[in-house]
Amino acid sequence: MEKSTVFNNRLLPYMLLLPQLVITVVFFYWPASQAIWQSFLREDAFGLVSEFVGLENYQALFAQPEYYASMLTTIIFSSLVAALSLSIALLFATQADKSLKAAPAYKTLMIWPYAVAPAVAGVLWFFMFQPSLGMLARPLRGMGLDWNPLLNGNHAMMLVVMASVWKQISYNFLFFLAGLQSIPKSVIEASAIDGAGPMRRFWTIIFPLLSPTTFFLLVVNVVYVFFDTFGIIDAVTGGGPAGATTTMVYKVYADGRLGGDLGGSAAQSVVLMIIVIALTAIQFRYVERKVQY
Amino acid sequence: MVEHRPLTDFIAYAILTLGVFIVAFPVYLALIASTHDAATVVGGHMPATPGTQTLENYYRAIFVGGARTSREPVANMLINSFVSAIGIAVGKIFISILSAYAVVYFRFPFRKTAFWIIFITLMLPVEVRIYPTYKVVADLRLLDTYAGLILPLIASATGTLLFRQFFMTVPDELLEASRIDGAGPFRFFWDTLLPLSVTTMAALFVIQFIYGWNQYLWPLLITTQDSMQTIVIGIKKMLVATDELAEWQLAMATTVLAMLPPVAVVIFMQRLFVRGLVQTEK
Repeated sequence: MEKSTVFNNRLLPYMLLLPQLVITVVFFYWPASQAIWQSFLREDAFGLVSEFVGLENYQALFAQPEYYASMLTTIIFSSLVAALSLSIALLFATQADKSLKAAPAYKTLMIWPYAVAPAVAGVLWFFMFQPSLGMLARPLRGMGLDWNPLLNGNHAMMLVVMASVWKQISYNFLFFLAGLQSIPKSVIEASAIDGAGPMRRFWTIIFPLLSPTTFFLLVVNVVYVFFDTFGIIDAVTGGGPAGATTTMVYKVYADGRLGGDLGGSAAQSVVLMIIVIALTAIQFRYVERKVQY
Repeated sequence: MVEHRPLTDFIAYAILTLGVFIVAFPVYLALIASTHDAATVVGGHMPATPGTQTLENYYRAIFVGGARTSREPVANMLINSFVSAIGIAVGKIFISILSAYAVVYFRFPFRKTAFWIIFITLMLPVEVRIYPTYKVVADLRLLDTYAGLILPLIASATGTLLFRQFFMTVPDELLEASRIDGAGPFRFFWDTLLPLSVTTMAALFVIQFIYGWNQYLWPLLITTQDSMQTIVIGIKKMLVATDELAEWQLAMATTVLAMLPPVAVVIFMQRLFVRGLVQTEK
């Protein structure tokens, strides 16, 4: 799509583009290319001399059991958060879509956690499940369960997942509700006349028609889990205990800052960049297909 | 509606009420904790109703800071958060409306190239290039400055795409009419395009304000002085301090204060928020 009428100034368009291009080059392209370049270098212990080592950082990275552990953690974490937050949000959205008079009010009551910072969401959930003073941790311990997310990796993972799901439900709810409301009522009425009950209608009519929204949300949720949950993990567990909640993004941060291994951290950044670009490409393919629907 | 059975309606209400309860419960607990004294909260037998320490807790959190940890008072963090969130929102709107105007309303060499240079930034969030970006900001001597907090976070294409999409829907006749009236690119932008873009700008502002307010990793890295901390970072540091001895009632008061502005924005500007959310995700 192009405009048919335009202005003919020579210099003006460049002046208009200048602020954004300068900021993009300085704070995006320059650091991104530095990350790629650094992933081929190794610095000495004092950060004074760096030498070109080719693919050694990558070889070292893929020889690390911890790296595979963080991949596995990321996969488990993403699948749990995406599956739970999508299905819970879909359940709430289908109920709100039943043309209840109160649906708009429920919408308002459901969407505001989107505005809560991930780190703050983490603190809220940590407060509830902190082993000694958490209001929900005490009953768990009372039942004889040795609940301690500070020491037990599985408990820590559960806590981080709960906080991440809690924060993401509102977003998914909003898009599912919009998706549901755009399904023509006549289709649903027709199947009701044919004698399909509510469950049958949901699984054979509504759910398939909702699939573009679901797929879009799936990609968005995976990207959310990759990047936005950093604050939750750092606030709740700091990647621990013993690396049980160290995701790939968290490891980039931890290795570069605490370990000071900038080359290794940069190599991890590059691997992540490739993953994100792949995810984005999938998303765009989907957007293109949606136009034909 | 296909069928109306009282039972289905009842189940729907029950499920939704449960949903609202799950969503609200953690925040309710934080609110309650912020009204009790330290001993009640740490003792683990906190009642489910508000206590009597509300004013004192909030006063201490906002103006005095913690006693056990020599933390900055929250008032200062709130100012930092406001400045950086508004800076990110306004900065992004400013640079992206100009570049979108150039890309849509002008023809010039390298127009497509410029668009792609901006577009690619969509793919890589700041988290994956965090240390090199940190180094650039350090080299520019922007650590512990508002510019350092703001500029790297506005280097993204969402706003440009949003305005480009909107400008495409503006009828060509408007430009033709104002050219007949003798308007140049500045007058057309100022008198015609800008007034039409107000809703789009407001929607983008709401989304970017929330995005800016909730930043965590970036401010954590580039602020070394307590006086430059944003409130989201401040909470985390309060808790790290002593863990069990942490002043939870103050931390929770701070948490409530940290949630208040963005949540208020979502609730009171719900329409703009939903609009912005749906449009920026395309």
